[in-house]
Amino acid sequence: MGGANQITAGFLPLLDSAVLVVAKELNFAAAEGIDLALARETSWANIRDRLAVGHFQVAHVLAPMPIACNLGLTPLVVPTIVPMALGLGGNAVTVSNALWADMVDKGARADFDPAATGRALKAVVTDRGASTSKPMLRFAVVHPYSGHNYEFRYWLAACGIDSSRDVEIVIVPPPLMLDALASGTIDGYCVGEPWNTAAALAGKGHIATVKAAIWRSSPEKVLGVSARWAEDNLDVLSALLRALCKAAEWCGNARNRGDLARILAEKSYVGRPREWLLPALEGELPDGSGDTKAVADFFVPFAKAATFPWKSHALWFYSQMVRWGQIQHSAEHARIARETYRPDLYRAALKPLGIALPVANAKVEGALTAATPVGSSGASLVLGPDGFFDGGLFDPDKLDSYIASQKL
Amino acid sequence: MQPPPNPLSVLVIDENRLRASVIEAGLRDAGYVNLTIVHDVVGIARRITEIEPDVIVIDLENPNRDMLENMFQLSRAVKRPIAMFVDHSDSASIEAAVDAGVSAYVVDGLKKERVKPLLDMAICRFNAFSRMVRELEEARSELENRKLVDRAKGILMATRGLSESEAYALLRKTAMNQNRKIGEIAEGLITAAGLLSPREGER
Repeated sequence: MGGANQITAGFLPLLDSAVLVVAKELNFAAAEGIDLALARETSWANIRDRLAVGHFQVAHVLAPMPIACNLGLTPLVVPTIVPMALGLGGNAVTVSNALWADMVDKGARADFDPAATGRALKAVVTDRGASTSKPMLRFAVVHPYSGHNYEFRYWLAACGIDSSRDVEIVIVPPPLMLDALASGTIDGYCVGEPWNTAAALAGKGHIATVKAAIWRSSPEKVLGVSARWAEDNLDVLSALLRALCKAAEWCGNARNRGDLARILAEKSYVGRPREWLLPALEGELPDGSGDTKAVADFFVPFAKAATFPWKSHALWFYSQMVRWGQIQHSAEHARIARETYRPDLYRAALKPLGIALPVANAKVEGALTAATPVGSSGASLVLGPDGFFDGGLFDPDKLDSYIASQKL
Repeated sequence: MQPPPNPLSVLVIDENRLRASVIEAGLRDAGYVNLTIVHDVVGIARRITEIEPDVIVIDLENPNRDMLENMFQLSRAVKRPIAMFVDHSDSASIEAAVDAGVSAYVVDGLKKERVKPLLDMAICRFNAFSRMVRELEEARSELENRKLVDRAKGILMATRGLSESEAYALLRKTAMNQNRKIGEIAEGLITAAGLLSPREGER
């Protein structure tokens, strides 16, 4: 048996595993007295199962996964908490060259604007629906309980596309997306980096829009922690959160981009070329036609309280689970979702660092149209701009009416 | 004696053909006749709808587990969700399965007694397979070691004028004194000899 300070963290080879990787590689974990081992995994299901059997104490997980788990939606139900997020943004929607050509015919431009590209996609979908010779468009996301699934469906719905009738949505693991797109198995996908950049650089696809534009300052991966382990090892967990916070700060520093790309490119981590990783880190994405476009807040590992586990994020994911028929809404289910995220543990652990800590546990998503200083303890904290591209507001105190107003 | 045929329909997905055949043989021996083995998940959606398996056994190395779970859930969309590894509460089975590198998806409501032996067998076969792979690996490194030791002996014989048995004795003594493996000592000696020998053009 290892000592209490030994932590094994599972991760998937994606850009947003950066915070965990840097905590280990640059000894932020060691400085907090933690012997951190990283285990590269091949599927989210493996991460979930190995958390459940205790191989991992913590893991890089999709933000809605622990909520789905606590709600009993996943095959293995072991209580999991989220004491920290691992960054904001990071995903994009990429479509095949053929679909992009059709979208351009309908007025799409390579500016990643979700409203304009969405309108073009809607026009393509309508044409397809009227034609008997062309099959329904098929898109892939990485997991049913993923930010990808929800932001992609949200985008489609806001553009008038019914994601359960007008198109088909399937599950494909991130490393297989590019092949599936290139072979014509799917027409597009919503995935994390580097799998959008990879398609654009290889000339296999065009980036249509980005998560940072669909829902600005939206959460992506979080730290999933076995609830029982956390209860028994609160001090160790706190030390780990401090290490991860320092690692996130390092990752967010523009001066470190080159080094970060080099570390992540290593075979034991993301294991892909540096050139695939740099665009997302720099916020300059290749669009697929040889040009690059700047994207504000494409991947935010530290600034804007990017590691804070907002209860409003948990509740928005829950609202989408209800919207897409994964669970029935009830006060009890909402409570389980809300309590999965643990800002109290985050605050208690990070207070000694003197960094900016939000005073609130939840915020109205979409309320900030510009960068805004907000109430915080410690250093001053600036949040936003945030919000949904269609102007939607999510007030976690009005969950019932939000759910009732959701259209399919 | 052949066990009575088991009507449970089982789908085994393993990209490693050798391991798949090891599992298949075990399942057939145990009387599972309704068996489908798949090496490639391309087109698996249709296969699942066709076969309507009661149980899917898959290796943990397969990145398509997320896709498969979703698929299995969809193909049984009107029924209840899937359970995994026999039973949520059976943590010993879950741990054994994950340790062995195998996972099973089971239709909820299927009797635990009927699935448990199947999963136990799969775990056992997975373990047997990894033991076999490990033994092969050990045998190969053993052979490598012997080659290294032979070369190191040759170097000692040529440079120090030792007999073969004296050269071996010296290697073994050094290994014992330094508490290292004889193969490591031999490897170090070969590297050092390579560094010290004059190269072409430097003479």
